[in-house]
Amino acid sequence: MALKDITLGQFFPGNSPLHRMDPRTKLIGIVLYIVALFLAKSVLTYGILFALLATLIAISRVPLKSILRGMKPVVFILIFTAILNLLYTPGETVLLKWWILTVTLEGVRTAIFMVVRIMMLITATFLLTYTTSPILLTDGIENLLGPLKRIRVPVHELAMMMSIALRFIPTLIEETDKIMSAQRARGADFESGSLLRRAKALVPLLVPLFISAFRRADELAVAMECRCYHGGEGRTRLRRLTYRALDRVTIAAALFLCAGIFVLGRFGL
Amino acid sequence: MQPIIETKQLTHIYSEGTPFQRAALNAVDFTAYRGEYLGIIGHTGSGKSTLIQHLNGLLKPTSGQVLYEGQDIWSDPKLTRQTRFNVGLVFQYPEYQLFEETVYKDIAFGPGNMGLAADEIDARVRRAAAFVGLKEDLLDKSPFELSGGQKRRVAIAGVIAMEPKVLILDEPTAGLDPVGVESVLSNIRDYHLAHNATIILVSHSMEEVARSVDRLVVVNDGSIPFQGTPAQVFRHGQELEDMGLGVPQMTRVFNRLRAMGANIDGSVYTVEQARAAILRAKGVG
Ligand SMILES: Nc1ncnc2c1ncn2[C@@H]1O[C@H](COP(=O)(O)OP(=O)(O)OP(=O)(O)O)[C@@H](O)[C@H]1O
Ligand SMILES: [Mg+2]
Repeated sequence: MALKDITLGQFFPGNSPLHRMDPRTKLIGIVLYIVALFLAKSVLTYGILFALLATLIAISRVPLKSILRGMKPVVFILIFTAILNLLYTPGETVLLKWWILTVTLEGVRTAIFMVVRIMMLITATFLLTYTTSPILLTDGIENLLGPLKRIRVPVHELAMMMSIALRFIPTLIEETDKIMSAQRARGADFESGSLLRRAKALVPLLVPLFISAFRRADELAVAMECRCYHGGEGRTRLRRLTYRALDRVTIAAALFLCAGIFVLGRFGL
Repeated sequence: MQPIIETKQLTHIYSEGTPFQRAALNAVDFTAYRGEYLGIIGHTGSGKSTLIQHLNGLLKPTSGQVLYEGQDIWSDPKLTRQTRFNVGLVFQYPEYQLFEETVYKDIAFGPGNMGLAADEIDARVRRAAAFVGLKEDLLDKSPFELSGGQKRRVAIAGVIAMEPKVLILDEPTAGLDPVGVESVLSNIRDYHLAHNATIILVSHSMEEVARSVDRLVVVNDGSIPFQGTPAQVFRHGQELEDMGLGVPQMTRVFNRLRAMGANIDGSVYTVEQARAAILRAKGVG
């Protein structure tokens, strides 16, 4: 039951401008956004990036609830980052001193910035996967990495593997759910007991899961060969990627944003 | 008749709060009586599997109640777990859940989880294997070496070995050859008679359920439009056809005859009943 709550990077069908944008634009945009996030040092620049993200979420029409739900698995990392930064940032203004622990004003500042940065980073990448179907996403990656083919990087094969993996995540989750239910019906208990017991309890789940994954892989390989798949050479595409006006403007704006944040940083903002 | 499992206004919504949200059950009131052989039929995607997974507490209702012997199974976690032992559920294509090194160990998984003594487990495993017609020498084999039909039997034995009071089977004959279908159905009937157990058989083959069950529940689009004895249910010939279910061949022939104006009983579903009905209509016997 808990498995279905994993929305990590699940595509959210829709028809917003963000959905219709070329996947390459979104990929380039995300990379530039992350660069900008790391260049940002002040409340002002963070504010700009935050406002931008909020606007994009509004445009995408992805419910805020789903984005927050996606944040759940990283809550632990966020807390951990916050505590580490809080305690181990050296600084002048000591706010609190207790035993060997000191909290400085700089520490509080860094902790807040770090947590906000990670949250914005995750939200931005979620926005990418929420608005881009896995197929388009891998097409985009393959296309962007295309030049690497010259130095013999098997870009097409890597992209194909990635799209197959992405395609089968929901299937595997469903399968896991089904096998879990079947073993629960025979009294298996996945939730209680010591760590060792719980690890052991996974055997009845993992064995059938692996067997079916291998069977599926086998069937898929046969099915692909039956349809004459033999790698990327000479392969044509159903969906051609094309940059449109919106894409060009977006990439230009993202470059401008990066440069702007960099310049503001130079001026100590 | 005494109810053993009941659902009250049971509603289940999958993936609530996402664009994939889907109501699979809508305020379903369902009852299974003690010791009966009940059939559940419905079209693909009608909600049969969803319904039965509530009956042993594998799925939690979005709203509504599931009662086992009058008690809400979700009122206490212990009760939920106990219900899983009292209500055995054989899944659709159960052969994919096998995992142990040997057939014997796999069948023993359920009874082992119940915390039974070793000799009791041993007795149950052998009894269950015999029930489904698995020979002794198969018990030491790996379940992955068996044929599809044999794997199916091992999986069914794995649930029967827990000796549940209610045995639910989700399309246990799907994908078996006619001989396999017959023998699995007769194994189920044997279990029903030997333990006086309640059986719930899910199927979308009318012919198959018509022959086996005492009572039929029709599921369509997440609710139960009608239920009753097979004869009662098959009177709704046209509605069943509209749901994409169809009725047994004989019933179809007789409904057609009635539509043509013949004064004949429309609720037959086996050849024997058809013969009797025709003789009656002719005024013979
Ligand atoms: N895990 C799930 N997540 C989301 N939706 C589901 C899930 N399982 C079932 N559904 C949906 O609920 C509805 C009822 O499904 P269910 O499996 O109960 O049908 P069924 O009557 O057993 O069909 P079949 O005869 O094909 O086994 C279907 O529309 C299905 O798409
Ligand atoms: Mg089903």
